[in-house]
Amino acid sequence: MSNDKQALQVAALKNGTVIDHIPSDKLFTVVNLLGLIDTDLNMTIGNNLESKKLGKKGIIKVADRFFTDEEISRLSVVSPNVKLNIIRNYEVVEKKQVSMPEELKGIVKCNNPKCITNNEPMTTIFHVIDKENGILKCHYCEKEQNKESIKLL
Amino acid sequence: MENRSLVSIAGHSKEKILYLLEMAKEFEKNPNRKILDSKVVATLFFEPSTRTRLSFETAANRLGARVIGFTDPKVTSSSKGETLKDTIMMVSNYADIIVMRHFLEGAARYASEVAPVPIVNAGDGANQHPSQTMLDLYSIYKTQGTLENLNIYLVGDLKYGRTVHSLLMAMRHFNPTFHFIAPEELKMPEEYKLYCRKHGIKYEEHTDFTEETIAEADILYMTRVQRERFTDLMEYERVKDVYILRNEMLKHTRPNLRILHPLPRVNEITYDVDENPKAYYFQQAQNGLYARQAILCDVLGITLNDVIEDGKKY
Repeated sequence: MSNDKQALQVAALKNGTVIDHIPSDKLFTVVNLLGLIDTDLNMTIGNNLESKKLGKKGIIKVADRFFTDEEISRLSVVSPNVKLNIIRNYEVVEKKQVSMPEELKGIVKCNNPKCITNNEPMTTIFHVIDKENGILKCHYCEKEQNKESIKLL
Repeated sequence: MENRSLVSIAGHSKEKILYLLEMAKEFEKNPNRKILDSKVVATLFFEPSTRTRLSFETAANRLGARVIGFTDPKVTSSSKGETLKDTIMMVSNYADIIVMRHFLEGAARYASEVAPVPIVNAGDGANQHPSQTMLDLYSIYKTQGTLENLNIYLVGDLKYGRTVHSLLMAMRHFNPTFHFIAPEELKMPEEYKLYCRKHGIKYEEHTDFTEETIAEADILYMTRVQRERFTDLMEYERVKDVYILRNEMLKHTRPNLRILHPLPRVNEITYDVDENPKAYYFQQAQNGLYARQAILCDVLGITLNDVIEDGKKY
C-alpha cells in the first residue's frame, strides 16, 4: 500500500484515475498518448519520484477522468508495466494493469517509408505477433518492427 | 458482400491453391470464352509493368470482359495529389473488378478495404505479387505433375527477389526441399530461413553454381543478379558471371528438370539454353494467362464448377 500513500502525498483525489509506475523517461509520452495535454481537468503530474521497482518513476493523477480499455492499451507500447487506480469517493475501487492488445490501431507509425500508411491519410494497424518481445507487424506492408524501433504517431 | 479480393497468396490454404490450379487447367483447355461477358475490368497501373498488364488484359479480353484503365500514373489524378482511396472509389463506380499495380507496399491491402469491388494485387512495391506466384505454381504443377516432394533450386538474387519469397511461402504445403544458390550479398534473408524452419521446410544454401550443385534439381528457378543491388561493386564484378546458366551445365541434370524465370532475362540464362527442352520460361509466361483468368473469375465469385459447365458450350 506504500504506493497509494505516495500518491496521497501528492494530492488527494476524490474521483478520477491515478496512473502509477510510469518510467520517468516515458512520463510525457504517456501524458501525450492519453490526450491529457489539451484538457482543463484538475491534474497533478509528478516525475522522478522514488520507486522500489523502477528506481525513479512518474505518476499522473487526473480528476474526473476515467480511461477506456482501448486508451489504456495504447500505453502498452511505451510502458507495459503501468498501473492504473480508479478512484471514487477517495477510495481505490478498481486497479487496472496495462496489457498488450492483439492489434494496435492508429498508435504506431510504420517505419517503412514505402508503406502506404506513410503516403495516404489513413489509420495504421499493427498486429502484435510476439507480446513478450514486443514484435509488431504492419497490417499493410507486412514489415515487422520491434519495440525499440517503434515510433508513435 | 464478402470481400473476395486477392491481395496475397500467403493466407491461401493448400485446398485453395489446388482449386485455383484446377481452374487454370480448365482455362488452358479453352482460354477463349464469354464467361466475363458484360463485365468491366479496370487495370490501374500506378507503376508501369508492361508484362503483367498485358497478361491481365489478355486474360480479361479472352474471357469476353471489357478493359479500362491507365498504364502510366503521370496522366492520372494521382499526379495531381489525389489519394489512392479517391482513385479507387471513383473507378469502383465504373468497373466490376480492379487489377492494380502500385509502387507502395500495402497499397492493394488498403484498396481492398475501401473498395466496394474486389481488388486483384498485381504487385505492391517489394511486398506481394500473387498472380506471379500462381503462374509459377501452375508451371511447376504442370511440368512435374505434382507440387509434392520436389527439389526446387532458387538461383541468383534471393535477397530482393519478391517472386522467390512468395514461391517459398506458397510451397510450404507441399513438402519441398529448397536449395538457395546466391552470392553472399544477395543470399536468402534470415526471416525466410526462419520461416522455413518454422514450417518444417528443408533447405540448403550454396554459393557455387555448377553442374554438380544442380544435378538433383526438379525445378531450377533463375533470377537476375542486378548490378544496382550491390554496395560493393568489386563483389559484383567477381560474382556476375557465376550465376549464369549455360546449356552444357544441363547435360547430367534430371530428365524432368524444368527451368523457370520470371522474365525479363538479361544474361543470366545463355541463349543456347532456349533450344533445350528443359527450358520452360516462355511457356511459364504463357501459363500466366491461364492463372490470371482463374484469378479474375475466382474474385468475381465464379466457381470451378461454373467454369467447367461454361467449357461445355464451346
